Amino acid sequence: MTAVSDPRQMAYIAGQASDARVNVEIETEGMTLNIGPQHPATHGTLRIVVRLDGERVVAAEPIMGYMHRGYEKLAEVRTYPQVTTLVNRIDWLGSFANEVPFILAAERLMDVEAPPRAQWIRTALFELSRIANVVLFLGDMGVQLGAVTPVFFAFRDREFVLNQIEAVTGGRFHPNFDRIGGLKDDLPKGWIDETKGVLGRIRKFCDEMEGLVAGNEIFQSRTRGIGVIPADVGLSYGLSGANIRASGVDWDLRRDGGVGLVHNELDWKVWTHPDGDSFARYWVRLQEVREACKMVEQLLDGIPTGPVMAKVPRIIKVPAGEAYVETENPLGVMGYYVVSKGDLVPYRVKIRSASFNNVSITPWLLEGTYLPDVVSILASLYFILGDIDR
Amino acid sequence: MSSVLTDSLTMAVELAWWQQTGIRAVVGLLAVLLPAGTLVYLFLFKMMSFMQSRLGPMEAGPYGSLQLLAEVGKFLQKEDIIPAKADRIVFKAAPFVVLISTFLLVLVIPAGPDAWFIDVDTGIFLALAVSSISVIGILMAGWASSSKYSLLGGLRAAGQLVAYELPLVLAVMGVVIQAGTLNVQEIVMAQATGEIFGWGGIGNPFIFTQFLGFAIFLVAVQAELTQPPFDMPVAESEIVTGYLTEYTGLRFLLFFIGEFATAGIFSALAATLFLGGWYVPGIDPTSDLFNVIGPAILLGKVILVAFLIFWFRFTYPRFREDQLQQLAWKVLIPLSLANIVLTGVLKVVF
Amino acid sequence: MIPLSSPDTDTGSDALIEGDEVVAGATDGQRDALINALGDALGGGLIESHVEPDVDLWVRVDVAAWVDTAQVLRDRCSMSYFNFLSAVDWMPSPYGRDMDAQVDLSPETSGDEDSPADATSLETGVAGGETRFQLLARVHDPLSHLGVTVKADLVGDAPEVDSWTGVYPGANWHEREAWEMFGISFRNHPNQIHLYLPSHFEGNPLRKDYPLLARRVKPWPGIVDVELMPGGDDSNEALEDES
Repeated sequence: MTAVSDPRQMAYIAGQASDARVNVEIETEGMTLNIGPQHPATHGTLRIVVRLDGERVVAAEPIMGYMHRGYEKLAEVRTYPQVTTLVNRIDWLGSFANEVPFILAAERLMDVEAPPRAQWIRTALFELSRIANVVLFLGDMGVQLGAVTPVFFAFRDREFVLNQIEAVTGGRFHPNFDRIGGLKDDLPKGWIDETKGVLGRIRKFCDEMEGLVAGNEIFQSRTRGIGVIPADVGLSYGLSGANIRASGVDWDLRRDGGVGLVHNELDWKVWTHPDGDSFARYWVRLQEVREACKMVEQLLDGIPTGPVMAKVPRIIKVPAGEAYVETENPLGVMGYYVVSKGDLVPYRVKIRSASFNNVSITPWLLEGTYLPDVVSILASLYFILGDIDR
Repeated sequence: MSSVLTDSLTMAVELAWWQQTGIRAVVGLLAVLLPAGTLVYLFLFKMMSFMQSRLGPMEAGPYGSLQLLAEVGKFLQKEDIIPAKADRIVFKAAPFVVLISTFLLVLVIPAGPDAWFIDVDTGIFLALAVSSISVIGILMAGWASSSKYSLLGGLRAAGQLVAYELPLVLAVMGVVIQAGTLNVQEIVMAQATGEIFGWGGIGNPFIFTQFLGFAIFLVAVQAELTQPPFDMPVAESEIVTGYLTEYTGLRFLLFFIGEFATAGIFSALAATLFLGGWYVPGIDPTSDLFNVIGPAILLGKVILVAFLIFWFRFTYPRFREDQLQQLAWKVLIPLSLANIVLTGVLKVVF
Repeated sequence: MIPLSSPDTDTGSDALIEGDEVVAGATDGQRDALINALGDALGGGLIESHVEPDVDLWVRVDVAAWVDTAQVLRDRCSMSYFNFLSAVDWMPSPYGRDMDAQVDLSPETSGDEDSPADATSLETGVAGGETRFQLLARVHDPLSHLGVTVKADLVGDAPEVDSWTGVYPGANWHEREAWEMFGISFRNHPNQIHLYLPSHFEGNPLRKDYPLLARRVKPWPGIVDVELMPGGDDSNEALEDES
């Protein structure tokens, strides 16, 4: 028995029901997929909530903070030399490079300059940490795309670089070696020759990656034309490093920044790529490792003699002022905005980390891609979680 | 293999059918597990490690040869976790469905002139048909896990396996046309007794005339096995491990065994269809000797083919799902159709 | 509330900054041109500027002209590269030495009413400032590699300002960070939700009156580590007293 007896009402209800049925049949329900925070592809604890239609991404929203350590707050209660211990942990694969801009900012405020020898060794270690960092990316990109072998090569050869860094600084990952006004120590005996041998290995590794990963047809079909970032969009999002150079922007702070490091005295080249896709980012990084090898080789040959430490007070009080110093770190531009009130501790340190800006483009970039490309695009943007969350 | 035993036993004592069946079952189990174990140790543990400049397992047994047992022991000890919202019956049954397909596949492969499990006239047809059962198991696993990763993986697997079933079948068609039979044993015999331009020194392994078919077959097998570069259903960097995500312990082990056993059996199928199966040149193919050394020869050829499969696996990155479908429909299927036409024409001409 | 440093040092540092500015006028043409362009476009919106010759440039704009500044910088000064956006809390910390002051202050004696954000106790950095919160953003010209730090004073304890996201989409996350860390809300922000902190988090951690609890529970031993060298200068008397 039906409660509705009017035939017109019945017809209306039937029509509605059939409409609804058709709608249900045509529209498929979207799916929200949580990638992370525990997921094999997120190098840490980045979480991305993607809204999927089939395998196509309708919207993607990164959620982070699982690793936020509050370095900007912590830096406010530590003396200047103590801060380097913190910032070491920001980009943990190229730790030494994190210390450099902070030390340079403090040096600028104090108006000290490291002696030439310290600057050259500093630059050499800076570039070595770039190699240690980016070499891992070159292999890891393969893993993200399903080829497990390259990353083992990367780990194998990175170890030699880390050994060299350890030989100088005493720390594989967290050297904490840079000091205001110079370096903690001089180079150990025989280090220069050993490092040259390691550079040869890294060059071989780059050739290997060029054939095994970059030259692979499947790799190319997975990365070419995928995740294209036009230069103007990349600039407005503040992308930096190889990410922006892969979009054709010829901007490298090692050449154009010119603070405290001696890159301008070396013979090297800034590589760019016009495409702006995932492949371009990989390719630019590959070339950068080669350039870094070239630079370190020249640095090793040209290290001047002299002290490694300038005359600085035992207790470092930084005069009042503000300074923003940025350098071209492995992941991109890393800068410290240091506000000093003439105290033992910085009043405020704003850490401008590369990955934070680099990843902030993901909601724009991932829209409309396929789920497998989410992973490859993220991998090609190359972020370190510590560098996002700080 | 079983019939070697059963035949000799039948000669000695008359066995009841259930005794014969029991022996067949045990030998069948061995025929599945032995190649699977060999492949895991040889390729997954050792070859992959050497390719990746590491040693691989070295502790359990000499050169880690007992590592496999240790792994099995580890999996057996693990808790069997079933997700709260899973469809329990389907979830539990899925790995067995996958294994059934593997065990049915092994039936058609002969290991000697008299060493076979079943000798049916439509052997190849049967093999290709039962190989598709695993799709159902994978879909079941993907759906029943009530996990989004599993669901995506299961659907990807289904799409992929259906797409690659076709080139697989079409690649075999060339062999069937050339041999003129669907019977696997007769295909081996055709290769053993065949002649290359009148020279019968090494028989006529179909890899020479059907090289295109062999290549397509290997690619399709790679996709059927969901191995890189076609491992989207279990792509660990995208969807964790796809339909395997929620499985633990014994059930995961079953999937794992299924994967490698199927790899071994497809290699055996490729070896049988294209490399002459249990036959080596120089010995009369009807000789009883092959009943004894045939399994070893077959295993050797299986390892050879599996080497190719695993070589690709450890080297290549993976395709995207749509690229995989394009490869199947736009490249492999037209190529295999052309291969069939060519084979047919040449068959008629010669 | 004891000021961070004596009034003499204050004027000294100010004089230093002023002196720099005088020198700057003569040497740094590029940066001066930029200041002039900004001044022309913004009119009264540009309050103060500071140049360190061949090094860096700061401008302080009126908060009402905050978005206009971005627009002008991007469209007229070809500053298309967005670098970062953040804020500074200029209020001296009420928590004494374990935070950043020279002399210990117990939170009991310096209650909240003793540490107001009044302009008299504020000591701001380059390019000046009048209020407790100062917005800080940096943009670059990717071709000339020139960068400028833009500052704006924010009024009140829970300030509001227009969002830059319409001009520089990259400001999105930076503004979310500033919102949760400093409590500065951004009008017209598309998605002003917590970035790092859990959504139920209370407080704004980077404000100076937000206590670093670890330090309250256990004072940092490192502060006494900094010992005087024998015969060192006596500007560190406070430290000596402490140890």
